[in-house]
Amino acid sequence: MNIPVTPVRTYLGVAALLMALLILTVVVADLNLGPAGPFVALSIAMVKAGLVATWFMHLRHAAALTRLFALSGVALLAILIGLTLTDYLSRA
Amino acid sequence: MAMHGQTFDEPAMQFADLRQQREAAELGMWGFLTTEVLLFGGLFVAYTIYRTHHPEAFAEASHHLHRSLGTINTALLLGSSLTVALAVRAARVGSRRGTSLFLLLTLMLGGSFLGIKAMEYSAEWSAGLIPGIAFRYEGANAAPVELFFVLYFAMTGLHALHMVAGLGVIAVLLVLSLRRRFSRSWHNPVEMGGLYWHFVDVVWLFLFPLLYLVG
Repeated sequence: MNIPVTPVRTYLGVAALLMALLILTVVVADLNLGPAGPFVALSIAMVKAGLVATWFMHLRHAAALTRLFALSGVALLAILIGLTLTDYLSRA
Repeated sequence: MAMHGQTFDEPAMQFADLRQQREAAELGMWGFLTTEVLLFGGLFVAYTIYRTHHPEAFAEASHHLHRSLGTINTALLLGSSLTVALAVRAARVGSRRGTSLFLLLTLMLGGSFLGIKAMEYSAEWSAGLIPGIAFRYEGANAAPVELFFVLYFAMTGLHALHMVAGLGVIAVLLVLSLRRRFSRSWHNPVEMGGLYWHFVDVVWLFLFPLLYLVG
């Protein structure tokens, strides 16, 4: 079977990056960026999630259909939240 | 998950080869994870709506959570994702010792997370922050603050349930690994268990800023 074996160093590197992003998240939270705050925090969270999905969950090596399944979850959630907000944010 | 009669060299009956079997398992797990995204997604939508309507109250409520404990918990889960990824890697190279060791480490890190969560819940009980049954809160924002805590307990509670289930899966994988049930050619349960665990981690990566870092 030819499953690619990722080097330990790569996993450690991704983990270090994730920890650094965690520190960044907490530091940014204390900076009090006002209305931009939640967007920054969520953007960092999305980068972290992307790293976990790509490297730890092996989407990098997965079949195209598998990646499509993974992305569909995110897309459906975006539609759920996005369309809901078009209602609530447009109310007086 | 074709465990019974599964040998190390042959795919289960319905598959052409081991590669197809693994890809089918992977696809199926991601399909399940997509449904899980939408399960938590419903709670995220509710959170989004109510936070939009009560930004100051949500910030006020968030300050009652222990940010340092939340940060430590996030680090523990990220660590456990690393250890489970290393467990999967060990399974891929056929290392029974490595697989077992990293699964055990994952269990310990995940268990520590739940321990800290239990401490937090206990503190919240003492502080009178349990909506409905034990909610003592002074101030003009008491109602939306209680709403925040409904969401907090619903979201972290659902997440904790997933963690308990995930730890159960990891424990079973550990036992199977020690019993030499996995090999370089076939270790799908470890791969799929790992995917589930990573998902639980990713959910927390979003719960943490939304609940602990408001305002």
